[in-house]
Amino acid sequence: MKHLSRYRRHKAAAPLLLLFALLAIGTTFSVASATPSKSMSTFARTAAIDEGRAIFLKGCSSCHGLNAEGGQVAPSLIGVGAASVDFQVGTGRMPMADMSQQAMRKPPKYNAEQVALLAQYVASLATGPAIPTDEVLNYERDGNTAQGGQLFRTNCAMCHNFAAQGGALTQGKYAPTLMGVEPKYMYEAMLTGPQSMPVFGDKVITPAEKLSIIKWIKAAQAEPALGGAALGRVGPVTEGLLIWTLGIGLLIGVAVWLAMKAR
Amino acid sequence: MSNELEAISDPGLPAHVHRKADHDPIAEKKAERQVAILFLLSAAGTILFIYSYIWISQDLFIYLPVLGTTNAKQLFLGVGLAASLFFIGAGAIHWAKTLMPDEEVIAMRHEMRSDDADRAALVKSAKEGAAAAGLGRRSLIKRTMGLSLGLIGLSPLLLLRDLGPLPAKQLDVTSWDKGTRLVTDPGNRPIKPSDLEVGAVAQVLPQLRAGEERTLNNIGKDAVLLIRLRPEEFQLTPEKLAMTHEGIIAFSKICSHMGCAIALYEQQTKHLLCPCHQSTFDVPRGAKVIFGPAARPLPQLGISVDSEGYLVAQNPFSEPVGPSFWERNTK
Repeated sequence: MKHLSRYRRHKAAAPLLLLFALLAIGTTFSVASATPSKSMSTFARTAAIDEGRAIFLKGCSSCHGLNAEGGQVAPSLIGVGAASVDFQVGTGRMPMADMSQQAMRKPPKYNAEQVALLAQYVASLATGPAIPTDEVLNYERDGNTAQGGQLFRTNCAMCHNFAAQGGALTQGKYAPTLMGVEPKYMYEAMLTGPQSMPVFGDKVITPAEKLSIIKWIKAAQAEPALGGAALGRVGPVTEGLLIWTLGIGLLIGVAVWLAMKAR
Repeated sequence: MSNELEAISDPGLPAHVHRKADHDPIAEKKAERQVAILFLLSAAGTILFIYSYIWISQDLFIYLPVLGTTNAKQLFLGVGLAASLFFIGAGAIHWAKTLMPDEEVIAMRHEMRSDDADRAALVKSAKEGAAAAGLGRRSLIKRTMGLSLGLIGLSPLLLLRDLGPLPAKQLDVTSWDKGTRLVTDPGNRPIKPSDLEVGAVAQVLPQLRAGEERTLNNIGKDAVLLIRLRPEEFQLTPEKLAMTHEGIIAFSKICSHMGCAIALYEQQTKHLLCPCHQSTFDVPRGAKVIFGPAARPLPQLGISVDSEGYLVAQNPFSEPVGPSFWERNTK
């Protein structure tokens, strides 16, 4: 240890120590945190609910309560429906990594079967929106792009940006980008209103209209940027940033060169 | 006294150092080549611009490291034009800096006043010119010229008329009336209270009467946002509370600051935000302004249900929707 302590005032010592500490905490946490158990493919309904409850008790109940009644930090899940569970857990938003402003999309912690079991358990507590089936989600057949654009501009564009690229809300919250999001999750988000997003129920925006919105988003995603570099399609923000840094930087460089005496 | 000032023999400036190109023929040749290369780059830029305009297909997309997939035509049009303009300037500057004469010259200052003979000559020629043009005699020309000049001065004043007309009562009157049904926008379907879950929003417009058409001007005043909360979440005066229905509250979507359409509703904080200037309205407190430049809450539309159970307006808006204007408070 003595030869090590010689380097304690080395300028790389502090960053290295910090990195080491972070790695140690991270690995300890991932080892200590519960890994969900593997489940079988077919189950009787009640058995599936029991299985879902087991996963819930392990992974979710510390915040959402032993009976999903909610707690100090998490809402009640009674009546949120299978669609809500499928959206939140299937996109990796739940379980949350930390208590920050917003649960963000990340690689899901549970596999598709476990998500289905959890959804069945939560759906068994009280009725709520169900997970839309693939038959319902046939937006290519049942959607109307033009109508979807009109609906998107009235109902979605104020948060998710005019080109569905996402945008900022208040105090660090944000509306995520809709590029590359699976139709099922977009449908469920409209139906259940996760986090800051309001609910767009089936009477206000009908299932066919929801599919139109999805079809429009997919069309917007496939739309080539004919005007040159799109710069993220967020409008004046990146355009302004580019001209203020690159453009004015170039002008300053030219000005310095102009004033330099030739040798 | 001499008009010329004596030059100060040594003002303390460092001695002038000549450039390499001034005395070294090899450096001079090199600088000449550099300038030529810059001009050639400009020419190449122009050719690239012309080539892109004519021959590159509109649908050609190429992948670039930082920009990602980019339209090739637009990219090379821009790069070509930028190069042609930039390098013509760069060449000229490089030429001036390295090869054009680099001698320091002292230019003496002179008194500004012309000498008396020149001044007298100018006055004389001006008088002669005026007499020859007959300004004194031709009063018709003089007057019509005055008229035309005066009228020209009037036209910019006339354009100030575009600052008006004043909005008068236009914003006091919307299509909402007692018993007007609320219909979805777009879709025009009437809404029942049960269609809205807690936490749901709906963009609505007044139902059209037979023969009426929806104009953009009307939508700009009539647009309303419905939000459903739990009834116990409201912190409203009894009159405002009576304007809600089973937890559903209706506000004009037109911002009271500059008239932008507000619909950015955060379900968790129950705040309504204007996308233009970030005015933030607290929905449970009747859209009270809690941040931003808006001067007053959004006008609330009283709602109830009709005999068939559909949501209807109790009354028209009790105040003008949208931004402030001078006569807003004069009834």
